[in-house]
Amino acid sequence: MSEPDHFAFDEASEAEVRKFLARYPDGKQASAVIPLLYVVQHQMGRSTGSAWVPRVAMDVVAARLGMPPIRVYEVATFYFMFNMKPIGRYHLQVCGTTPCWLRGSDDVLRACKDAGHLKGYGDTSPDGLFTLTEVECLGGCVNAPILAVDDDYHEDLTYETTVALIEKLRRGERPAPGSAIGRQTSAPIGGPLTLTEGAE
Amino acid sequence: MALQDKDRIFTNLYGVQPWGLEAARKRGNWDGTAAIVQKGRDWIIEEMKNSGLRGRGGAGFPTGMKWSFMPKQASERPHYLVVNADESEPGTCKDRDIIRHDPHTLIEGCLIAGVAMGAHAGYIYIRGEYFNESVVLEAAIAEAYEAGLLGTNAAGGGWDFDLYVHRGAGAYICGEETALIESLEGKKGMPRLKPPFPAAVGLYGCPTTVNNVETIAVVPTILRRGAAWFAGFGRPKNSGTKVFCIQGHVNKPCNVEEEMSIPLRELIERHAGGVRGGWDNLLCVIPGGSSTPLIPKSVCDDVLMDFDALREQRTGLGTAGVIVMDKSTDLIKAIARLAAFYKHESCGQCTPCREGMGWQKRMMDRMVEGRADVAEIDLLENVTRRIEGHTICALADGGVWPVQGLIRHFRPMMEERIAAYKAKHVVPVAATLPMAAE
Repeated sequence: MSEPDHFAFDEASEAEVRKFLARYPDGKQASAVIPLLYVVQHQMGRSTGSAWVPRVAMDVVAARLGMPPIRVYEVATFYFMFNMKPIGRYHLQVCGTTPCWLRGSDDVLRACKDAGHLKGYGDTSPDGLFTLTEVECLGGCVNAPILAVDDDYHEDLTYETTVALIEKLRRGERPAPGSAIGRQTSAPIGGPLTLTEGAE
Repeated sequence: MALQDKDRIFTNLYGVQPWGLEAARKRGNWDGTAAIVQKGRDWIIEEMKNSGLRGRGGAGFPTGMKWSFMPKQASERPHYLVVNADESEPGTCKDRDIIRHDPHTLIEGCLIAGVAMGAHAGYIYIRGEYFNESVVLEAAIAEAYEAGLLGTNAAGGGWDFDLYVHRGAGAYICGEETALIESLEGKKGMPRLKPPFPAAVGLYGCPTTVNNVETIAVVPTILRRGAAWFAGFGRPKNSGTKVFCIQGHVNKPCNVEEEMSIPLRELIERHAGGVRGGWDNLLCVIPGGSSTPLIPKSVCDDVLMDFDALREQRTGLGTAGVIVMDKSTDLIKAIARLAAFYKHESCGQCTPCREGMGWQKRMMDRMVEGRADVAEIDLLENVTRRIEGHTICALADGGVWPVQGLIRHFRPMMEERIAAYKAKHVVPVAATLPMAAE
């Protein structure tokens, strides 16, 4: 897939755009540039199966917000969550920062490569299903290691559970996000040791 | 004595109960909010000062004093509250739990803080990766509007207050308050020179105060239970309760709200199942998120977890992200990975940071291998001192502190690594010279 000739917000996106624009004072529409770039990326994901931000879409955002296109390009490229080229159907984002690394993020990376048929970071699998990216701290450190699949955090992973997760994605399933070992969110393994008064 | 459940502010930290308004009200949120609002700005600020609350975002600045910097007189320029929910400091995941499990503590806090700083509008800037958390937060805000707790005459207290969520897009630097404001205005997240401070010229050029999620979310409970109640926890000047994130090589990583000034060892052993392999297997701890220098086991044995005790050990409480490393850790690699993080996240505006973070990372990568000269440890230390304090914001300071901590406490480990490399490899003469210009 390459740069499309044309981009226009569809009906669902237009509703989102209106919602976001209402959040900022008159004359400050530029504040909506990040939200609108997300709208673009989601619409691309919905309509083409690859969530990314083509240049023509940035021009549409610029026109809508009354910004010079260059200001939109520089925002889109400054932040890390906008994909500037097409990606696979599922975006596998391995947190490799120290807290996850201490808990085995190397195993998660290896599992992604093995099960997703990926050569390494930046690669998209030949079947177009997966793109692999290393991300910096995802902010879920007590549930490390973490793999974010698109917007969902999968936590407390091992090599085996990561492989199982990717196999499910390949079959078109969408496993529930959260702890792979059944923890109650950020409570210790085995259940909360605090906030137990009044509980059964 | 450990903190009791009755004194915990975040009673749904683990999300055992629903996050919604009905459950939140049963937990005590939004109780008597109108009366608090009606007591007005001066009373709220005075109570906050008396509570001793210091900002929970890392810097530990007294919250009541910060609020008092907002202009007293209303002008044509509106005032803004901005909540920093860009939780991105490696090792920190406390605000995530507040947002997804106890969002009404935050929303109620925003209204009260808005009153205290004369703001009729607030923005919560949440990191882009917290998409699911932002969905919960937006739904909680919608509930609050529906129930009349936000908007015109919010919660019946006579103060109009609107609250909006703004999602970032994955840039650590946007946790710096002026970068956050730039980002919120639709620009690249590059920090501004101070002064002027945001309280004078902030969002859209208007008076603005930026506070961390946890700082704002504890406010309603403090005002309901009284400043003295909150000040009763922790040592003087280190008051209150605090959410700690205990992770790394512990048996049961978790988040937990505890009393400030709790001994580090007690925190780890009581709540996180102890260090993997026992306390004697401990190598070191990064006590307050990645930017705070590590402390070796000898310090961990009896250090207290508060701002002042950790500062005495030349580190800090930071965001209270407690990263535990046992003796199996390749510590040089652990710190090198942090150096890589700061290189990745430098916004590139100031030369010492843009160039320095990359240089430091490359140097640390060689230190991991031991492919270096012992003299280069001094060179590395020296260069970090030239970076520190020479940039607009604190990112570079936070970027060099982990390396300084490593050199301060584990220099022999680095020297051994270099000696081991030299023993294995025939090092060409040229390669023994400092490669600072690489």
